[in-house]
Amino acid sequence: MANTEMFIRDLADKHGRRRESLMPILQEVIDARRYVDDEVMVNIAKELDLSAAEVYGTASFYSFIETEEVGHYVIRICKTIVCDMKGKDAIIEAIENTLKIKLGQTTPDKKFTFKTTNCLGWCHKGPAMLINDDVYSELTPEKAIEIIESYMHK
Amino acid sequence: MEATKLRRVDFVFRPDNTSIDVLRKTLKRDADDIILELIDSGLKGRGGAGFLTGLKWKLAKEAAGDIKYVICNADEGEPGTFKDREILDRVPRRVLTGMAICAHTIGAKEGFIYLRAEYKFLAHKLKAVMAEMNEEFKKLGLDFSVSLRYGSGAYVCGEETALIDSMEGRRGEPRNKPPFPVTAGYLNKPTVVNNVETFVNCCIIANIGADEYKKFGTDNSRGFKLFSVSGDCSKEGVFELELGMTLADFVEEFGDGDTKAVQVGGASGFCVPRKKFKDTIIGFEGIPTGGSMKIFNSTRSMYNVLHNYLEFFEEESCGQCTPCRVGCQQLIKGIEAVKRKEKPAGYLDELVKLAKVMKVASKCGLGQSVGNAFVSIVENFREEIVY
Repeated sequence: MANTEMFIRDLADKHGRRRESLMPILQEVIDARRYVDDEVMVNIAKELDLSAAEVYGTASFYSFIETEEVGHYVIRICKTIVCDMKGKDAIIEAIENTLKIKLGQTTPDKKFTFKTTNCLGWCHKGPAMLINDDVYSELTPEKAIEIIESYMHK
Repeated sequence: MEATKLRRVDFVFRPDNTSIDVLRKTLKRDADDIILELIDSGLKGRGGAGFLTGLKWKLAKEAAGDIKYVICNADEGEPGTFKDREILDRVPRRVLTGMAICAHTIGAKEGFIYLRAEYKFLAHKLKAVMAEMNEEFKKLGLDFSVSLRYGSGAYVCGEETALIDSMEGRRGEPRNKPPFPVTAGYLNKPTVVNNVETFVNCCIIANIGADEYKKFGTDNSRGFKLFSVSGDCSKEGVFELELGMTLADFVEEFGDGDTKAVQVGGASGFCVPRKKFKDTIIGFEGIPTGGSMKIFNSTRSMYNVLHNYLEFFEEESCGQCTPCRVGCQQLIKGIEAVKRKEKPAGYLDELVKLAKVMKVASKCGLGQSVGNAFVSIVENFREEIVY
């Protein structure tokens, strides 16, 4: 698609075409589209004069750079020990029931993807989760449902 | 070895209206003089590894080359650590001042803050402060500016060479050392990579002087440190304490009265059982910590704690070296098999051997420290792992 080609060219104009421009470009694609698909990676490879394998190898290393299709809102709930002790399982269950999907899945309307992640750095206020870049801490099942519902209406 | 009494101090989060004055004063000083004072202060890196900060700066200053870099490691990913987030949120100017002092000392013109993706919500405010401070540097005649780079959810990028590889647009895989970043770092140029809190401490030492700083802490652990306290606590959050207290004093202050064990230093640190609280000093003469202090009471299963840590390491291992990649997988499978009675209890001894092999054979700190939590939990809570 010409659209993607132009999008990546603009990002390369902005961040440069050196190897060290790769992460900022990938990160900005994530901000705009939530994941990088093959077409994006091939175009980045062309712009930066790298092999597509190099781009894929780098992108797929990072858990916040999705290389498979995800929803518009990526929910990442912390599963590390203190959030676990503070009841992250109940939060997961509440969110699964609200979105009617399981952990790791995307809603049919492609609005939400639900995943776990490692320590978010909110142990003193766990359980905690991220929705894209926004943090929600001191969750209860009720509070989590309320937050998810507010996103459903966005 | 003399332990100190638990004492709360207030340096890092003091209202910040002095940073620019500190910087102005420090820029007039000779680089060697700054390095000498920093070495004299005894400051060791606050990220966890504990390398002497003054020596790191000295090596970078002496390294050949006109282009040098200063990198602030804000990829705070150790489970149970959240002090760098508080610093960047509350006193970012102190961090930037520390970076500027470093730039003046080693002769760098460019600096970066490598911020973990999980803290991206801080970026908006941080960028505004950076723009303002970059202007201040210019006004003070310091040719140095700082920009922001992001991580993308890889714990291993907190390791300085993996961080550099990530900034260079590669997979965050730790490099072989030497060469160390002080001689060949970002883009192969001499680079100082310091933790957020370390830069703040440099700023504080430049302000109060090494003599005053040395009054805090013990011979091996000078100064004070931020502790991220969480778990089964009477109070949670970030606390600034003098280094060198016993764990018993710490638990007395922060525990919930029923503390069974404390994990000092996060998943890569050590688990200390109640019977050893009195004899354990928190600091480089005892158990050092990047700040993570997780308290477990008697309702917690240490099997679950260990399993959680191993899952963490298995996911976060970069995978390039076999001891770490395969070792993490086998340790998990091993304790699960013992729990299911598919393996005898004695199998744990084999797993301890494996953990010790990982310590010597892994390439970086990640694989090398999996054994810390594993051995200390298995040795102290063996019956909980077996039954």
